[in-house]
Amino acid sequence: MLGLQAKDFRLLLIVVAMTMLAPFILNPFPVNSAMAQFNAGYPDLMQRFVIFGIFAIGFNILFGLTGYLSFGHAAFLGVGSYAGVWMLKLLTMNVVPAILLSVIVAGLFSVIVGYVSLRRSGIYFSILTLAFAQMSFALAYSVLTPLTNGETGLQLSLDDPRVLGVTQVDGTIPAPHLFGASMRASYDLVLGGWQFTFNVGYYLSAVVLVLAFYLAIRIFRSPFGLMLRAVKSNQQRMSYTGLNLKPYMLAAFVISGMYAGLAGGLMVAMDPLAGAERMQWTASGEVVLMTILGGAGTLIGPVLGAGFIKYFENIFSKINDTVLHQWFGFMPDGLEDVVVFIVHPFIGKGWHLTLGLLFMLVVIFLPGGLVQGGQKIGGLFRRKAPADDSATRKQPAE
Amino acid sequence: MTKSNFTRRGLMKTGAGAGAGLALPTIFTGAVWADAHSGFTNAPQGDSVTLGFNVPQSGPYADEGMDELRAFELAVEHLNGGGDGGMMQTFSSKTLEGNGIMGKKVNFVTGDTQTKSDAARASAKSMIEKDGAIMISGGSSSGVAVAVQSLCQEAGVIFMAGLTHSNDTTGKDKKANGFRHFFNAYMSAAALAPVLSKLYGDDRNAYHLTADYTWGWTQQASIQAATEALGWKTVNNVLTPLASTDFSSYIAPVLNSGADVLVLNHYGGNMVNSLTNAVQFGLREKQVNGKNFEIVVPLYSELMAKGAGQNIKGIVGSQNWDWKLGDEGTAAFVKSFGTKYGFPPSQAAHTCYAQTLLYADAVNRAGSFNPCAVGEALAGFEFDGLGNGPTLYRADDHQCFKDVLVVKGAENPEDEFHLVEIVEVTPVDQVTYAPDHEMFAGGELGACNPGA
Repeated sequence: MLGLQAKDFRLLLIVVAMTMLAPFILNPFPVNSAMAQFNAGYPDLMQRFVIFGIFAIGFNILFGLTGYLSFGHAAFLGVGSYAGVWMLKLLTMNVVPAILLSVIVAGLFSVIVGYVSLRRSGIYFSILTLAFAQMSFALAYSVLTPLTNGETGLQLSLDDPRVLGVTQVDGTIPAPHLFGASMRASYDLVLGGWQFTFNVGYYLSAVVLVLAFYLAIRIFRSPFGLMLRAVKSNQQRMSYTGLNLKPYMLAAFVISGMYAGLAGGLMVAMDPLAGAERMQWTASGEVVLMTILGGAGTLIGPVLGAGFIKYFENIFSKINDTVLHQWFGFMPDGLEDVVVFIVHPFIGKGWHLTLGLLFMLVVIFLPGGLVQGGQKIGGLFRRKAPADDSATRKQPAE
Repeated sequence: MTKSNFTRRGLMKTGAGAGAGLALPTIFTGAVWADAHSGFTNAPQGDSVTLGFNVPQSGPYADEGMDELRAFELAVEHLNGGGDGGMMQTFSSKTLEGNGIMGKKVNFVTGDTQTKSDAARASAKSMIEKDGAIMISGGSSSGVAVAVQSLCQEAGVIFMAGLTHSNDTTGKDKKANGFRHFFNAYMSAAALAPVLSKLYGDDRNAYHLTADYTWGWTQQASIQAATEALGWKTVNNVLTPLASTDFSSYIAPVLNSGADVLVLNHYGGNMVNSLTNAVQFGLREKQVNGKNFEIVVPLYSELMAKGAGQNIKGIVGSQNWDWKLGDEGTAAFVKSFGTKYGFPPSQAAHTCYAQTLLYADAVNRAGSFNPCAVGEALAGFEFDGLGNGPTLYRADDHQCFKDVLVVKGAENPEDEFHLVEIVEVTPVDQVTYAPDHEMFAGGELGACNPGA
């Protein structure tokens, strides 16, 4: 189907089901229950899940296939964001031109960065990309202030020209829209104690994610993808056979940069603001973490990793001591205090610590990432088939 | 923490949660949700209302953020009838009776802005979309405040700015849904200029180091304009990144620039580090042009004085409020804050506490949580008893106008809470400006947005 093998098609269907039903999957607890703290089905976070999923899928095309670790991918996301906001400011609040320009600008920028960085491999490549990203961050942060508005971030204002749209409606800035459908529009479905939010912006991002995922499968299964994998397994041998690898590498780098630009464009379509910190090295490191956590080189891994990290960032960071006291309120006073004291460093601003511990556990016990974990669990319920088992061990997680 | 009310509620909540989780879904019986939409975003349902406190818990302004959070918790406690009521008794408006806001119990959620616009907006969005917050407050960086204020405008909730000192917050980036109690860079400059003239004379050459974002820019512009009106000359202005921690390379050129005053347009951790660097370079012992070299820090706080230690002695700056002021509002606030936390509050804590009370009172007076009604109640509101003397919430730009303090680092502090002494209380008339003043021009409030 759609030019895919049955197995890949099943994977695509799973992704379609996951994204389309996300409002249900992510809101498993009734609104007024104590567990509602763990619900993640609100528009902003759902949008982040799929947008960072796209970012990670793109990163994985470079890192997962060729093994080249780019440590500056956030720069493309940032450049895409700025391009997108300028489009919303100057042209129209329709998000289509903004997203297209984001992809194009990020693509052009990645041609330049890629052309220089790909002259080296291994650690030197990583350092070069990191240097480019930090340079872009510094430029956006202070040098190019008229273009980027520095630390405050580029925002819309009431007197933007918007030549194809309206500047303002009754003293308010119009919302970004897709041919009239506002990105902020939501429909709340209330079923008993449960509430499910269906947001236009989320579904736009989700459709884009599915398309991006489909494209990634096609790239993974194409002769081009095979060539990239050959680079990963032995680059020297490839060169000795007389192949010029540069064009393949640059193409992979640019495709991956365009994915990042797409993510940046979607981000500003959902929330029209672009800040310089999006390009900082920590942001580049985050996408590396996402990919490794989910399973580098696998198709669905990066999406899972992105969801995992964003969930921690947004849900765990908001648990504070008051919430803890409510949870452990059933304990005797002294014991309650002890438990809260022990849990305290791991919640709120300590979410980095929790995430770090989990990341260590995953890397130590599941080197193939969350995908490997899923396979292990799946293996428990499957009938023993020794021959099949050895086959999966040889070519892990696809 | 021994709080029997938490324990009891916690027990009921945990039990109810477990019960609700186990119970079969009772589809289509959501009576609570019948009146879910009453014309504005997050209209409070049932008998409680949720406020969102979005403060920096990491980054260069983390100290201020923690103090703001303490003040918010104290304000919520007082609104719900706990504690001694603090400034609610001295507040000139008497609608707050310790029964929550409009009879609804006040709950709150907290978040970490990380002193980054993106993270702050994500955190504020989750408060609005997930937790149903009807008002967002907090912030210790003007960049963040401006970003979150525009988000609140789009989402249709009220933003009660915490510590933000940039002219832009109520200048070119002002929004109809945003309100600021804290003073701003222009007011600092207007209050400082006469004192600087008195202390250091009218013939000075100033060198500026400026934090490179909206607050730094407007702070520098304001001070430059005010001092040049005195007759000072501006030798140079160097922008430093907000994330810097070492300023040695910026201080060294000052020595040979011919300047005899260094103005540090830095705040929080930045100012502590740059001042320490400046003192280490021996700037304060230097003689230039036959005059003593002086350092000025336009925006000051007790927390920064504590961080800078000995280096702060004798250095002049301005403050929005200080716990040593003698009025009864201040006394009541310092007493209840001190009782709860064991030390006096900072000006960041004070403005956040005041903003929470002002919001609650405005809702009570408006008789509605609708942001447009609340905004109307706040605009042009005159009040007293919140520690700053008579204050006006100006309708034109949603900025509070009140007295400004000029302070300096104490020469012989009696303890770590008396590091700053008040030099002068500059009356409000001297710091008032026209709404269309050139430093505030370029933006418009727009229309209030009630959201849904």
